[in-house]
Amino acid sequence: MSISLTDPQAHGGHDAHPSLQHHFDTLEQQKEASTLGMWLFLVTEIMFFGGLFTTYVVYRSKYSTAFVAASHTLDWKLGAFNTAVLILSSLTMALAIWAAQVNRRKQVVAFLIATMILGLTFLGVKAVEYKDKFEHHHVPGASFEWHEGGHAEAAPAQADFAKHVQLFFSLYFIMTGLHAVHMICGIGVLAFLLMPSWKGRYNSAYHNPLECTGLYWHFVDIVWIFLFPLLYLLGAHAK
Amino acid sequence: MNTSTVHPEIPPPADLVDRPNYLNAAYGLKSWLLTRDHKRIGILYMISVTIFFALGSLFALLIRLELLTPEGDLMQPDTYNRVFTMHGVVMVFFFLIPAIPATLGNFLVPLMIGAKDLAFPKLNLASWYVYNLGGIFTLWAIFNGGVDTGWTFYTPFSTNYSNSYVIATALGVFINGFSSIFTGLNFIVTIHRMRAPGMTWFRLPLFIWSHYATSLIIVLGTPVVAITILMVAAERLLHLGIFDPRLGGDPILFQHLFWFYSHPAVYIMILPAMGVISELVAAFSRKRIFGYRFVAFASIAIAVLGFLVWGHHMFVAGQSMYAVTIFSIMSMLVAVPSAVKVFNWTATLYEGSISYETPMLYALGFIGLFTLGGLTGTMIATLGIDVHLHDTYFIVAHFHYIMVGGTIMAYMGGLHYWWPKISGRLYPGFLSRLSALLVFVGFNLTFFPQFILGYLGMPRRYWSYPPEFQVLNVLSTAGASILGVGYILPLFYFAWSLKYGKRAGENPWGAVGLEWDTTSPPPTENFPVIPVVTREPYDYTSEEVHRRTTQEAPVVYQLD
Repeated sequence: MSISLTDPQAHGGHDAHPSLQHHFDTLEQQKEASTLGMWLFLVTEIMFFGGLFTTYVVYRSKYSTAFVAASHTLDWKLGAFNTAVLILSSLTMALAIWAAQVNRRKQVVAFLIATMILGLTFLGVKAVEYKDKFEHHHVPGASFEWHEGGHAEAAPAQADFAKHVQLFFSLYFIMTGLHAVHMICGIGVLAFLLMPSWKGRYNSAYHNPLECTGLYWHFVDIVWIFLFPLLYLLGAHAK
Repeated sequence: MNTSTVHPEIPPPADLVDRPNYLNAAYGLKSWLLTRDHKRIGILYMISVTIFFALGSLFALLIRLELLTPEGDLMQPDTYNRVFTMHGVVMVFFFLIPAIPATLGNFLVPLMIGAKDLAFPKLNLASWYVYNLGGIFTLWAIFNGGVDTGWTFYTPFSTNYSNSYVIATALGVFINGFSSIFTGLNFIVTIHRMRAPGMTWFRLPLFIWSHYATSLIIVLGTPVVAITILMVAAERLLHLGIFDPRLGGDPILFQHLFWFYSHPAVYIMILPAMGVISELVAAFSRKRIFGYRFVAFASIAIAVLGFLVWGHHMFVAGQSMYAVTIFSIMSMLVAVPSAVKVFNWTATLYEGSISYETPMLYALGFIGLFTLGGLTGTMIATLGIDVHLHDTYFIVAHFHYIMVGGTIMAYMGGLHYWWPKISGRLYPGFLSRLSALLVFVGFNLTFFPQFILGYLGMPRRYWSYPPEFQVLNVLSTAGASILGVGYILPLFYFAWSLKYGKRAGENPWGAVGLEWDTTSPPPTENFPVIPVVTREPYDYTSEEVHRRTTQEAPVVYQLD
């Protein structure tokens, strides 16, 4: 099949690169396609989380005091620590891609492993936080308990207040839970990339999979950067 | 191998089907189930979609039988609720949404832009498996007793009170959403990155433009319904209170989130249909389409406006007066790009050399029915009229004119138009024209009486009705049986044509478009050499086309 016919700018000659799929003409075209595909996938992810954020915003404005009270039970220090962990993991992810671009095979693997460890650290902290919610009966459902109330209000108003607090925790678990699922998927993909990286498949000429995974990883990171203030930092933390 | 030579003087072999093509490239079940060829995946989708269409039609049949008499004599009200719900769920999510993009779109998008395949062939195959997985969940729910919430899953009925298989159905729809996302994403990337040299944006067939607009809606809308359905399932399972007013939740929020996707989903159904009609009208009028750029941008305009009108489903659900007014105005605005298309198709017909082949009959039927469906849509976008007509059969008739009279007419028309390309065979002309006629007559007889019923005040979703409505309901049921015959006939003659049909040759309609430049059925790689596009689309007048359509010989012919 004639390559020069379809892309006169193609560099790298006419020998097919082993990573070039049959239906693309050049590696360049293949790279552009996979990057665009990844961006579009991230658009769908934004809309997916967008539905949740909309729901959150509606109830946040409707039940403002209950949400602030509920938010205060979260440990903002753990949240802040996790934010730092994720930002650091984005750095190591970017360094892994850079290492591939400059053909440093071992560094690619090292940075990928570092990213995975940071991801697992995040999940570990999250598990500690979840455990705390179970212990304090802050998990929505039959065993949910809330004693603090809003202000000095009558019993029925307090019951309503507790329901709105429960709504906060429902959204908390759905949002952080879905975020954690995305983290787990990301770590899975990183693990999948380790072997080919070790074998040197990703180099300056070809590193689409690393780059697309990086885009995904940064996206999951950014979702958390929105979740952290929305869930942890409501109202002033006077404690 | 590297140099492509043009041999117009070499005549094509007499037996075109014996040449290497995507059907005889490999044999056996495995070669189909593991294929990455967009054409084969299109066929796989066609089979699955047809099965779900048959299932959905079966439920429609039950509905029409029950409504033959005013009394609820065939089934219990609860059964009836389940039947119309499953009719809606199966038809909307498992037939109408994937029908044209996943079958014709899959088959034609790479062919029309001169690519060897879609950008992500594995993702394309995965989308078919995901579709079927979603289908299995839904079928499981159906065989265990079904679901009775209506296809809209309105809360809090779906989350708290319904005693049917809401979660299984919801998961089925959730999973199915991914298959449409995969397809939409694949189309956008393919159209951006895989066009043949010379195939500029304004040389793209309008079929591609409308699929591009559809894909935008799929990519932006489907994730929202996914998260909404996930919240419904979570709420039903764990009683979280997100949509439960007793726990501070807001059921109207569900309606907003649901219609944010499900109204644009209507345009996922109708936009590809419009793309098909643009191809058919140009091909059978032998004219360049009138106002190409307007038709192209009308697709994009419909996709954009489609995201701003969801509130018109909720005029009586307690929105603010201002929101309602704005949604009403936005909804009427959708009529503008839709009308641009209808007028441009009509203008294309003007002074064209029209031939009434079967696909053209479907296309003309589409224009009439879509216009009626669209105009009644503008009626019910009007606030005062909607309060009267909301939840009556007028609404049912309106959206069936769009979905059945629009989308299914176009799907059938498209199938008849590209069948010679897909199978390499011709089907019987008389029978197929008869089926097009039956579909048109049967459709109008089924659904026009429902406009009158709705206007007289017959509500939707009831298993019985006052006796004075019986005559119109009998007409509707009679029409449905004619429609059924019209849909079953093509199954037989398409199957017949596979073995006994005449060989089609590469361009039986004398149409222009890259898909007609390659052999029928096309080879696995679509084109012997990647074509170089030098002409405008729908160029039915130039010399070259004249030569090509009067002789059978292909312009470029080379076997690898």
